Amino acid sequence: MLKLLEQIRGIVNKTQVFKSIFRHGYPDTDGNRALVMFSNVILHLHPVRVQRGALKIKFTWCLGGLTFFFFIMLAITGVVLMFYYVPDTRRAYNDIRDLGTVIYFGSLFRAVHRWSAHAMVFSVWMHMTRVFMTGSYKPPREFNWVVGVILLVTTLVLSWTGYLLPWDQLALWAVTVGSKMAEATPFIGASGPFGPELGRNSGNDMAFALLGGTVVGQSALLRFYVLHCLALPLITALFIAVHFWRIRKDGFSGPL
Amino acid sequence: MSDQASDSLSSSPKKNSLAELIKKTALKKIGPEDTVLVWPNLVYLELICMMVATAILLFLSLVSPAPLEELASADTTPNPTKAPWYFLGLQELLVYFDPWLAGMVLPTFIIIGLILIPYVDPNPLGKGYYTFKERKFSMLGFGFGLSLWWILILIGVFFRGLDWSWYWPWDDPHVHMPAGAVKLIDLQIILQNTLGLSEAPLVTLGRYAVTIGNLITWALFLGFYAVGFTVPFIFFRDFYRRLGFVRYNVMMFFFISMMGVPMKIFLRLLADVKYVLVTPWFKF
Ligand code: HEM
Repeated sequence: MLKLLEQIRGIVNKTQVFKSIFRHGYPDTDGNRALVMFSNVILHLHPVRVQRGALKIKFTWCLGGLTFFFFIMLAITGVVLMFYYVPDTRRAYNDIRDLGTVIYFGSLFRAVHRWSAHAMVFSVWMHMTRVFMTGSYKPPREFNWVVGVILLVTTLVLSWTGYLLPWDQLALWAVTVGSKMAEATPFIGASGPFGPELGRNSGNDMAFALLGGTVVGQSALLRFYVLHCLALPLITALFIAVHFWRIRKDGFSGPL
Repeated sequence: MSDQASDSLSSSPKKNSLAELIKKTALKKIGPEDTVLVWPNLVYLELICMMVATAILLFLSLVSPAPLEELASADTTPNPTKAPWYFLGLQELLVYFDPWLAGMVLPTFIIIGLILIPYVDPNPLGKGYYTFKERKFSMLGFGFGLSLWWILILIGVFFRGLDWSWYWPWDDPHVHMPAGAVKLIDLQIILQNTLGLSEAPLVTLGRYAVTIGNLITWALFLGFYAVGFTVPFIFFRDFYRRLGFVRYNVMMFFFISMMGVPMKIFLRLLADVKYVLVTPWFKF
């Protein structure tokens, strides 16, 4: 059986189609194993060789990689959810309910999306903790730590904006708690220190900008939807790209 | 690796640690025999990681699907209203601080503080490996902040129930806790009463009536920072010298502010202090 598979692979590897895609043989020789790292857009995020110690699971605990994996998982399941969801306060809740009742695998996609979100928030904290504990933020990696902190924030905000979309009680009130805090921002919140003195009221303050109104309503739902499905994922992806680029440029801090 | 040598110069550590560093650097010469090919070694590891993670996600999703409560309604406020778990630490802080602090200023401090870490830590040791011994202060400082964050989250998730009261796991979550008998008082009132100070304002600045008690709370508040800045400066000269003027002051500002958070929590819990400092525009 194995032999047969290998024969098939041998034939496939020689076809014009395979060569046109991969431009080198199957990575079972050192030469091809190096080539695959150069020529594959995803794999070229890696160097060709790493220090032996960098492979130690007990160093990274795979946490950065896992965070990225959860992000990809969220993007995939998120696209599927977007097919069925309309950010209209009159139907958003029912769209989400339909996912659980009438759409094939709707409940599964939603559950995976939600669990991945929890997992990503958790793993990004753990990844940061690991990077701190191994002192990997020290020169020359200071800036990548800064990029990391930005990623931590966008991850949290992504998760939080998604929380509103089901438009159930949990969603509405969790976001209301947050908007109350925005209202209390110093200088730019209507109830924050020096806010009223500077002319902030409920119609022109921070919370108004966030919600597009004075209460969590249709404009807030639309804003959160656009932020959650478009703006924040793009920003996060951009910073992840910078993050990975810098890991390559700065070198991995791994053990001796 | 050359970068190690250069940062030891730019951050000017003590002489003996420089010597140590050079020794380490010499050891760190890596040849091809210390490295392995990424394909298959790392790529396969990542693949396995992803498959395990997928399996766990699928398992969790099947066991516990995403919740959906009743349709959102502005007319019925759930009790308690909880933010998502990762923000419950901040929400828990609302018990002790006004929203502008708990929801805006402290999170901003956390973010800026995190960003500054690499720029205020000049210690070249402990880069790329786990060590406590070689960087005790930064480990303890970071560990302290992180524990605070997670402990507050755990409290918010597991111990807060109706009316945001404290519920032990064995308490009935559907029965309201009796309203607390404690009255929270501002620190300046406590001072006024215990020291027998006059309530009459010394000066009035617009809406702000400045009493003696109020001035004392200002002195205490500023004194907290002043002591925090001065004590290490005097007693840990080495520490100060390693950091330098700018790093020291930036780092200490965030460090002292961080220590202020549990201090305020204890003042509230042990002495029923509502606000440490009161002005017409902000209180904390
Ligand atoms: C969306 C969030 C993030 C993703 C996808 C991500 C991904 C990664 C990956 C894949 C690595 C390679 C090593 C590893 O797996 O541990 C890495 C390294 C690193 N990350 Fe992140 N990260 C994220 C957030 C953060 C945060 C929040 C910080 C810190 C505040 C951070 C700081 C760093 C640093 C300094 C390195 C280099 C570590 C070294 O050389 O040892 N990252 N990141």
